[in-house]
Amino acid sequence: MEFTTQAAADGAMRMAIDGDLNIYHADEIKRRLIDGIRGNAVLELDLSRVGEMDSAGFQLLALAKQEGNQLDHALRIVGHGPAVREVIEFFNMAAFFGDPLVIPAGEQA
Amino acid sequence: MDEVLNVFSVEAREQLEAMEAGLLQLEAGDRDPETINGVFRAAHTIKGGAGVVEIHTVEKFTHVLENVLDRLRNGEIEVNGDMISALLLGCDHIGTLLDMVARGQTEADDGVQRAGDEIAEQLRPFLGGKAAATKASGVTVADGTVQRSDREGRINDCWHISIRFGRNVFKNGMDPLAFLRYLLNLGEIAHITTLTDAMPEADVMDPELCYLGFEIAFRSHASKEDIERVFAFCRDECELHILPPDSKLEEYLLLIDALPEETMRLGEILVKSGALTREELDAGLRRQSGEKVGAGDTAGAPQLGNILIQQHSVQPELVEAAAIKQKAVSEKKAAESSLIRVHADKLDQLIDLVGELVIAGASANLLAKKSGEAALTEATSVLSRLVESIRDSALQLRMVQIGETFNRFHRVARDVSKDLHKEIELVISGAETELDKSVVEKIGDPLMHLVRNAMDHGIESPAARAAAGKPTAGRVELNAFHDSGSIVIEVVDDGGGLNKDRIQAKAIEKGVIQEGETLSDQEVVNLIFEPGFSTVEKVTNLSGRGVGMDVVRKNITALRGSVDVKTELGAGSRFTIRLPLTLAIIDGFLTSVGKASYVIPLDMVVECIELADTSIERDYINLRGEVLPFVRLRELFEVPGKQPARENIVVVQYAGRKAGIVVDQLLGEFQTVIKPLGSLFRNMRGIGGSTILGTGEVALILDVQALVGQCAATEELQARGRHGARRVEAHGAAA
Repeated sequence: MEFTTQAAADGAMRMAIDGDLNIYHADEIKRRLIDGIRGNAVLELDLSRVGEMDSAGFQLLALAKQEGNQLDHALRIVGHGPAVREVIEFFNMAAFFGDPLVIPAGEQA
Repeated sequence: MDEVLNVFSVEAREQLEAMEAGLLQLEAGDRDPETINGVFRAAHTIKGGAGVVEIHTVEKFTHVLENVLDRLRNGEIEVNGDMISALLLGCDHIGTLLDMVARGQTEADDGVQRAGDEIAEQLRPFLGGKAAATKASGVTVADGTVQRSDREGRINDCWHISIRFGRNVFKNGMDPLAFLRYLLNLGEIAHITTLTDAMPEADVMDPELCYLGFEIAFRSHASKEDIERVFAFCRDECELHILPPDSKLEEYLLLIDALPEETMRLGEILVKSGALTREELDAGLRRQSGEKVGAGDTAGAPQLGNILIQQHSVQPELVEAAAIKQKAVSEKKAAESSLIRVHADKLDQLIDLVGELVIAGASANLLAKKSGEAALTEATSVLSRLVESIRDSALQLRMVQIGETFNRFHRVARDVSKDLHKEIELVISGAETELDKSVVEKIGDPLMHLVRNAMDHGIESPAARAAAGKPTAGRVELNAFHDSGSIVIEVVDDGGGLNKDRIQAKAIEKGVIQEGETLSDQEVVNLIFEPGFSTVEKVTNLSGRGVGMDVVRKNITALRGSVDVKTELGAGSRFTIRLPLTLAIIDGFLTSVGKASYVIPLDMVVECIELADTSIERDYINLRGEVLPFVRLRELFEVPGKQPARENIVVVQYAGRKAGIVVDQLLGEFQTVIKPLGSLFRNMRGIGGSTILGTGEVALILDVQALVGQCAATEELQARGRHGARRVEAHGAAA
């Protein structure tokens, strides 16, 4: 499990995760993601080297997104590993992660 | 064809009929949502059934119909003539596909496939944007939601699964993802919404606890138990609600109330997954903004469910009516499920056995009477009463209502109206009249012919009708009722009637009668039943191939029935079919002439009188001021033996005509099992069948219809004889 952070050109922070986003590393993932989103106005997640993602991992991504929304910080996923893409599509959450403007009408009300 | 396919085929046809009936109602202007629902349900059931028995041709094709019907149901499109026509064609096509299945062919051949594609093409305009959406592949984010690319068709045929996983599922070594993926083994996830609303603030969120919930529209043929079983391992910890396809709005509202999330959000989810319609939700939203509830103020906001329910409570009687209707539907379903399908052979066997029982019972009765033992007589009389009840119930098993047969003609009326540009109104009465199943099956074709004839030849074009001062819309009536032991089916039209001159001319042309033959009006009209007779020069695709009426008569006669026609030029015709109620067992009236016994169907017996003066030569008597013609069985059947001093007349009635049958002795009521006569006696007139008496002797069953007919004919002949106009002279009395 490796978290590599590196400043991107446009002032965003890019965090690349190498390993599995699953329950076994849940504590660490949570800490890293929350720290990352709190500390940066724009956090880019490169998940292209994530081998496996389970519901716990997915849930943490959603948590980070939610935290970002509250702080008005942006969480962008810039690289999807196949497993990540598959889970996000399966859960029908691409819109939730994809575009900060897209919020279902029900939440606006 | 194996059993499952057979059952599917039968049920699919029933649904198809229901669908057709509903569509015709829609076309006639019925906008009752229950009608639309009914049609949709029928299509849905066919599709579901086809899926289960893996007839994918039917499943795929019905799916297209279902999509259109669903949009109709949701008020997205309006009923119009083209759509109904296309949908009806679709019904026909499903019928064709079912025929293929019956022949053991599961794949459509090219011609059928092409026909199906054409109909699908006709229906495409009514599919609207949805068709395009189903074609689009990949993820579309246009409306802010992700449509799964495999999403196909409507969602309302889906189960709605609502699940909130327990906090501890991860700790128990389970992954919600795995359960949901396993769900795919049972069917297809049409729409899924992932809920993370339960997730707390990051600081307090425990990464090893699960905060996920899902709202799933799940398309599957699995049972509720099967779906529940998927979640068996986490069932205790999670909150699981499963609503079957087509659940009531109320059930969704209850679900919304039961779930922890904010109701507005849930409402949106349900709309997206297709469970609720946008209208239903919008109505709730408008109500909410009207009450000026602050945005996002969820605590104070009334629950969506309550809003909707309150809105409904504005018109409680409507809700009440809907509930009653729904209840009626479910009761009907319950009634259907309490039916047992029995093989017709078994039923026939039962009837046969009951027949034997009746004969054996009669024999026991006779012996008991002879023995003179009071106790034995009493016992046998109880027995025979029971046998009678068994007989009645056994026969009742075979009785079906004629309504189903009648309802088929709505479609015929519609098609004929379209094809011939006539306006035809079909009026049905007596649809609940019951008759023997085997008779119903055999009467379908002749009836179809008569109805088509009435519409094609009978009803004139609107212009001609207007010119004749009649309403432009023609009227065809189908009536059924019971009348003295027979069932009467009438096909009545208010069209042009039969042109007797043309019939006569045609009959001469065809060589059916000789030129110069003088016939009574009724005889002329009856010529239409002669083989090779057709009055319309123009052969249409509906009727008029000249192979019709004689076949109709033959089919009806084969059922021991009769058909006749009354017609008035310019005012219409009335075809009357009379059929015996049952083909197997009747209540008979036993009489004897000399040593021979004869049974007269009891239903036709009006009264019995003594023939006071046995010596009279003429064949009629004065019965309370009426002329009653009669036949002497002794003469008719040339029964040997001396004429007794006293004779009796049994007065019978058939088709409104009375006649007398002169016999020696009246022996009383007798349960009669009709045994058909051998083919040797097929052409014998006056005898309808035979039966076996308790003594083992054979009794003949009189064919009252033929005897009455004969009386009437003799009477007519004599009447004409008196006027001196026999059918020899040329011009005479050709009225």
